[in-house]
Amino acid sequence: MIDLLAATTSSVTSIPLGITKEGNWFLQNAWLIPLIPALSFVGILFFGKRLPRGGSELGIAALLIVFLLSICTGFAWMDHRDNFHGEEISQTLISSEHGEHGEHGEHGEHGEHGEPSLAVVNTATWFITGGVEFSVGTLVDGPAVMMLFVVTLVSLLVHIYSTDYVAGDRRFTHFFAFLSLFSSSMLLLVISENTLQLLVSWELVGLCSFALIGHWWEEKDNSNAALKAFLTNRVGDMGLLIGVTILFFASGEMIPDSFGSFSIVTTNALASSGLLSHSTLLIAACCLMAAVMSKSGQFFLHTWLPDAMAGPTPVSALIHAATMVVAGVFMIARLYGVFFEGFSIGGSSINLMALIGGFTTLVGACLAFVQRDIKKVLAYSTISQLGYMVMALGVGAWTAAMFHLFTHAFFKACLFLGSGSVAHSVHSFDMKSDMGGLRKVMPQTFRTFIIGSIALAGLPPFAGFWSKDEILAGTGGWGILGGTNGNGSYTFMLIMGMITAALTAAYMTRCVYLTFFGEFRGHGHPHESGPRITIPLWILAVLAIFAGFLNLPKGFQLVPKSLQERFGHYVEPVAGYFPEIAHATPSWSLAIVSTIVVIAGISLAWNYYFVKVEKASKESGKSLTELPDGLTTRLTLARMGHTLLVNKYYLDHLYTGIITRAVKEPIAELAYRSNQEILDRTVDTFGRTAVKIGQLNYEKIDQNLVDGFVNASGRISSDSGEELRKIQSGKVQSYAAILFAAATILAGLLIVIV
Amino acid sequence: MNLIVAASSSATFPVLPSLLIVPTAGALVVAFLPRARKDLTKLVALIFSTITCALSLWLLSDFEYENHSDMFQFVSRQSWISDFGISWSFGVDGISLFLIVLTGILFPIAFLAVDPEHNDRSYFAWMLLLEAGVMGVFCSLDLILFFLCFEVVLVPMYFLISRWGHGNRSYAATKFFLFTMAGSALMLVGIITVAFLHADNVGGSVTFDLVEIAESQSITQGAARWIFLTFALAFAVKIPIFPLHTWLPDAHTEAPTAGSVILAGVLLKLGTYGLIRFGLYLFPEASHFFAPVFLTLGVVGIIYGAVVAAMQKDLKRLVAYSSIAHLGFIVLGTFALNTEAIVGSVLQMVNHGISTGALFLLVGMIYERRHTRQIDELGGLQHSAPLMAGFFTVVMLSSIGLPGLNGFVGEFLILLGTFTAHRWWAVVATLGVVLAALYLLWAYQRVFHGPAEKENAEMTDLKTRETLVLLPLLALIVFLGVYPKPVINRMENSVKTLVVHIEKHVSGFEEPVNRHSLGEIKIDTQKSEEGH
Repeated sequence: MIDLLAATTSSVTSIPLGITKEGNWFLQNAWLIPLIPALSFVGILFFGKRLPRGGSELGIAALLIVFLLSICTGFAWMDHRDNFHGEEISQTLISSEHGEHGEHGEHGEHGEHGEPSLAVVNTATWFITGGVEFSVGTLVDGPAVMMLFVVTLVSLLVHIYSTDYVAGDRRFTHFFAFLSLFSSSMLLLVISENTLQLLVSWELVGLCSFALIGHWWEEKDNSNAALKAFLTNRVGDMGLLIGVTILFFASGEMIPDSFGSFSIVTTNALASSGLLSHSTLLIAACCLMAAVMSKSGQFFLHTWLPDAMAGPTPVSALIHAATMVVAGVFMIARLYGVFFEGFSIGGSSINLMALIGGFTTLVGACLAFVQRDIKKVLAYSTISQLGYMVMALGVGAWTAAMFHLFTHAFFKACLFLGSGSVAHSVHSFDMKSDMGGLRKVMPQTFRTFIIGSIALAGLPPFAGFWSKDEILAGTGGWGILGGTNGNGSYTFMLIMGMITAALTAAYMTRCVYLTFFGEFRGHGHPHESGPRITIPLWILAVLAIFAGFLNLPKGFQLVPKSLQERFGHYVEPVAGYFPEIAHATPSWSLAIVSTIVVIAGISLAWNYYFVKVEKASKESGKSLTELPDGLTTRLTLARMGHTLLVNKYYLDHLYTGIITRAVKEPIAELAYRSNQEILDRTVDTFGRTAVKIGQLNYEKIDQNLVDGFVNASGRISSDSGEELRKIQSGKVQSYAAILFAAATILAGLLIVIV
Repeated sequence: MNLIVAASSSATFPVLPSLLIVPTAGALVVAFLPRARKDLTKLVALIFSTITCALSLWLLSDFEYENHSDMFQFVSRQSWISDFGISWSFGVDGISLFLIVLTGILFPIAFLAVDPEHNDRSYFAWMLLLEAGVMGVFCSLDLILFFLCFEVVLVPMYFLISRWGHGNRSYAATKFFLFTMAGSALMLVGIITVAFLHADNVGGSVTFDLVEIAESQSITQGAARWIFLTFALAFAVKIPIFPLHTWLPDAHTEAPTAGSVILAGVLLKLGTYGLIRFGLYLFPEASHFFAPVFLTLGVVGIIYGAVVAAMQKDLKRLVAYSSIAHLGFIVLGTFALNTEAIVGSVLQMVNHGISTGALFLLVGMIYERRHTRQIDELGGLQHSAPLMAGFFTVVMLSSIGLPGLNGFVGEFLILLGTFTAHRWWAVVATLGVVLAALYLLWAYQRVFHGPAEKENAEMTDLKTRETLVLLPLLALIVFLGVYPKPVINRMENSVKTLVVHIEKHVSGFEEPVNRHSLGEIKIDTQKSEEGH
């Protein structure tokens, strides 16, 4: 009540949010983009089996339309970003104790990119209760538009690819239906206007992932992998649920006559203008981080992602590489105000997010080394790269993280689809026993795979180089040869990033050797895949080469200024709902050093595989995959390390063997036992005693009343008199007798006592 | 002009009493049908339940939720035993409305879906009598009338379990009967006491009128708390709240399919509805005082029910334990004592009725085909029955609380509402969200995935009739998940009125409004302890 008084006496102020309701038709009607694949889901579900191509044509048509819509939205946004000067919407606030921060919100006006970018927001009411409006809406700004493009493009290519890859599958229609549902949910996620909508679509993409991982559920492993994915994500969802709730109430504190707000824009604006308490933001950010860890495969909730490779390969490319798994990264980027303030990213040298990201990137890269399964190599590589993005966000390099998300989507999808093309031809994913020497028979797949690998390894001028280099520069840790002016000096993260770069280059070299070089070790006669597989591969490969040029660093002297940092200009919001972050200056020396590191990584692996293993193969006369007397046979330490990696740090043992089993078996068993033995026993005894007492009392109680009641109820439906007999001989009657007697006596007692 | 006439005439038609009379009449007609016309039994039962359903839908369409000042609508009063102030008084508000509609819808569905194995006539007669009792509970505004209906429900349910049930049915039926009877015995004490104390304190003749007693709040604090406990015990058994739940798994497992559907769908709601109407409304101060106890038991129920469900080997028992977890959420929301949470609770009552009802129907359909409910003996059913697997998936996801389906909206509102006032309870309850996914998905995997062998491979898929029975439930699951607005709009005012009523009669209590930063919020337990 004291607080209410405070609220009435305090003044009211407002902060600009950096959003507007006006804008181009495409920006206003972005809700169509998730709606169209949703309709195609329903269409495929009900009519797919009757269509000549089993429903795939519906899915492709829907994705083609939304892809075109996304491109139009993209261009509309670029125009809007530069030329829009409409009215900006502000949020009214209570400025009681926080008055000194009142002017803080103005910073959005003078970002580094000059003019503010006004996001286009449209909302509609879902329902209202207790004065809280639950709304649905679209928030169209740079990151949203970028994601729309990535998701629709990769999804479209995966749809086309799948028509060949899963052709003849018994659940062909079901597969395309879920691809559509997934695309719809993912698109809903990227244009979410509020955290509740984010939560809804977040869970929906998880559901589609579950359904698609378990697509071939006849095999127990696949079904287990699906279950594991869903459950691990559910653990993270708990964090999301709590985080969203905390933020809802936290923002409610500031807004007059309001319980709270789910709006992403408002929450961010409040957080980044320093109006919300730091501890609240820290707790919320930690909760949300749990959700990121499960969805984006961060250490130690990453274990579901490699298992998820049990799904069909196009699904792995779309969901578990390019789009859904980056949802966590996207969520951090969306609520960056909360994370930036919560983890105090600016001006620090270490924080939880950067640490989790950095650790994940190393852990994933190490694990990628010991895999036999080509898809698992790529899965661990994805974990590692997602770690890179989270680390980038953790050090404040927002644009670099988004840019890496963007380029990674192309080259990783390209690699996944390439591995699928290989597997389609050799009917296995095992590099050691069923592949080798495929460069001769699968030239298209080979070339695109090489392009993807170089892009992933990060050699200039391929896409991965530019985005990785921006992240390394963004750590602000490159202090030795001139500072890079990041948000802090995250030297530790820079080192982790560098090591990962070397590891990445090395494991991709290994993967390429095992798959495409040496002699073929499998059975049958592999052949190149058809055009519906190779064309998507080439499109992605071309993007893997050129996508990096979209964000050439500032001060890159070889191109005119107007071509520098185009991606950052259009994608990074400059608005009240985005924190004021510093932008690192690119450094030639850093770029050169990181390239040398990558080359060193490649050389080491090259020396081992292309030189030594190749030589040993020639000597022994068969295609080898490792040296017969390698490090692991000679050194105990190396062998121990190898065993640790093969067992995935024993995390799976911990989760499945210990935690899950404990819940499923001893704990549940114990609970059930106590249920049966203690609770039930007590009640049974009580019941039995009561019945005995009842039988004793039976004769002493007025039978007319009871018999009358029972007979009447018996007559209603008794036709044979069977019930009647039962009632008269059963315990029911005596119980009714005690009931009335006891009730009368106790009522008297109660009246007397109270 | 015609419109006005129509409206006024509809207002005078005693729609609420007819909700009782129609099924009762149906029960009589069915019971006295000639033995030779066996073919008619089901049809007649169906006709009567459909009329009841139509009446409930009429109620829904005529219910006014905007600009309506009266707390109860369609009120109908007839003096009954005037010496004791007992009357036939009925009324409906936004809280009971949807439970009435749910009852109206579930009964015809249960009739259509399941044929009794023997003795049709008494089966349908008992079922219709059950429906009358349930309807009576949801619309009565007189304490004695309410109690009678509350008790009448037991008799048909006892016979449904003991005569048409499975396996250990007579044990289960007796246990069910004794448990709930024991609970309600004390409630009768409470009812009589509250009426006499009210008459004493206010002066005048004895009345059992709910609104009059609740609005005057004449009973002293100490007495009200004791009496509240007598009511609460009855409801706690009925819901059931941990640790009074042990009758439920047995009753559910041994009951015939239709019995389980009605038991889970409607009967358990008698308890949760009772807590709101005869707990919060009748005894606001006591409810507030005892809230921490119920919140804790609710949370314990959520976790406990989920953990125990995880280790069940019998599919039907698993669903039964999942009910305990779900009802824990409803209790939690009810005692959070704010609009969001209570709206969420009422919504969740409806949601649980739909999704658990559908789950029991599906389990029953599996049992009919395979004659086993042991999860180990099933497997790979998705091969032989893909349609059934599809229906099961959606219903299961609704039960898990997946966004986009009905379970999410209710669960989220409950968590949101609880979070304002009782942060840690809400946080722990969130664990239930994870556990729900664990036991249901795991069961789904074992039953539907994997290779199908022998009988499992030859199982037939859903028949047209079964599909038609499940479709309306599925439609409701999706509709309530995507567009809950029309439902919430109709509940909103009644719940708000209730919360205002609580605020008015509990000194120092206000619906929690968040104006604090994290860490400064006082937990209500302390407040209430200090207060007394």
